[in-house]
Amino acid sequence: MSETDYDQIVQLLCDRLTSLSKVPEVSIAPETNLITQLSIDSIKLLNLIMEIEDTFDISIPINALTDIQTVGELAALVHKIKSAA
Amino acid sequence: MNLLEKLDAAATARKSLLPDGVSAFGIPIEEVYSATEARIGDRRVLLLGTNNYLGLTFAPECIQAAHQAIDKEGTGTTGSRMANGSYFGHRALEKEFADFYQCSNGIVFTTGYQANLGTISGLVGPGDTVLIDGDSHASIYDGCILSGADIVRFKHNDAADMEKRLRRLGNRVETTLIIAEGIYSMLGDQAPLAEIIKIKKQYGCILLLDEAHSLGVLGETGQGLVEKTGLLNEVDFITGTFSKSLCSIGGFCVSNHPQLEQLRYVSHPYIFTASPSPATIASTRAALELLRKGSHLREQLWKNCTQLYTQLKQTGYQLGPDPGPVIAAILETPQQALLMWKSLLEHNIYVNLILPPAAPEGKSLVRCSVNAAHTSEQIQYVGDTFAKLYDLVRA
Repeated sequence: MSETDYDQIVQLLCDRLTSLSKVPEVSIAPETNLITQLSIDSIKLLNLIMEIEDTFDISIPINALTDIQTVGELAALVHKIKSAA
Repeated sequence: MNLLEKLDAAATARKSLLPDGVSAFGIPIEEVYSATEARIGDRRVLLLGTNNYLGLTFAPECIQAAHQAIDKEGTGTTGSRMANGSYFGHRALEKEFADFYQCSNGIVFTTGYQANLGTISGLVGPGDTVLIDGDSHASIYDGCILSGADIVRFKHNDAADMEKRLRRLGNRVETTLIIAEGIYSMLGDQAPLAEIIKIKKQYGCILLLDEAHSLGVLGETGQGLVEKTGLLNEVDFITGTFSKSLCSIGGFCVSNHPQLEQLRYVSHPYIFTASPSPATIASTRAALELLRKGSHLREQLWKNCTQLYTQLKQTGYQLGPDPGPVIAAILETPQQALLMWKSLLEHNIYVNLILPPAAPEGKSLVRCSVNAAHTSEQIQYVGDTFAKLYDLVRA
């Protein structure tokens, strides 16, 4: 999977998170923190993961999210799983 | 932000939803008068927010059994099932649950929460996968986390979505545990068990069904969804709780897989806690007996459920898809739900308030739990009060 794929994943996440965020004034970038900056609650995040799974036809175990803090880290996780699939 | 400041932040968020000193969560019940009435503050209230589905909390048979057990065996076992905490009653109750479900094996846990924690974490581990309904109870989520297995969610009650996620697992389906619930606690809807079983057989997975809210409620003898659907023999493991229709505290798992017995040696939530008290076991045994021959209680319960569900639906409330003992009015905002909850209490009706993210789809719930001991007049009063308050939440 190329770097472009990673960038596309980041873009997709940014688009979806913009509509889910409780803090519309925050401009979403790879370094944006999902919890502290966007206030995404746990259920919304889990539902977003299901959407991503469907978009890329992959499985993302929710326990893999434990160390994920930022948009970029989530994109990297999706990228890694997608590349291994 | 340090550890204590994190809790302060949570308290601030909670206060923003619960102003004016209202205490919807953990409200003190000052006195309990019966299976349907209690005192909260100065009010004698109608209890519509308990899980006492068969109304057995004051059943003389259960109370007498508990008294006798205390007199004979004392107040507690003071030890684990693994050590000194397995009395005759604990073993007898396990056998009675196994017999009830026509299974070869049964295990009793100290709470229903631990039944799920102990069973799930005993069955799967790192490298395995659990495929769970998105609206699963916290005990299922926590059991999965404790296990170290990979956790994949499927859309609530959507068997096609479950199949899609199962397919993506490839060879890992061989070590995948599917988990569903007989009745879901938020909206009171029932799992599409026949569809789930068809898929689990196709992929060769193991299925665990939690009958916590459906035990005593569904099926001719009260086994739950497995009995209502005639699919008892197709489910690998059944868990449940004593704290709803059995009116005590504790939990169980039954199975025809002999490997269930090994959980006693690998399941920390079974091993590292004290066993249920003798009185708890005795009252549960008596309640299980009443539950098994309680078709008249189920008949009354369903009459009450249908009466309230129909009236709320006719009034215009948005409800869960299935009538049942859990009847939740789905409201758009936490503020609406809080206002409704407070207004019901001012009309001497206690219900449960459920706010996001605990409620599905970001909605808020005012949840009623109906029981067999409610009279038709009490149910009518609740329905009439909801109708009177409908303008508070009209869209």
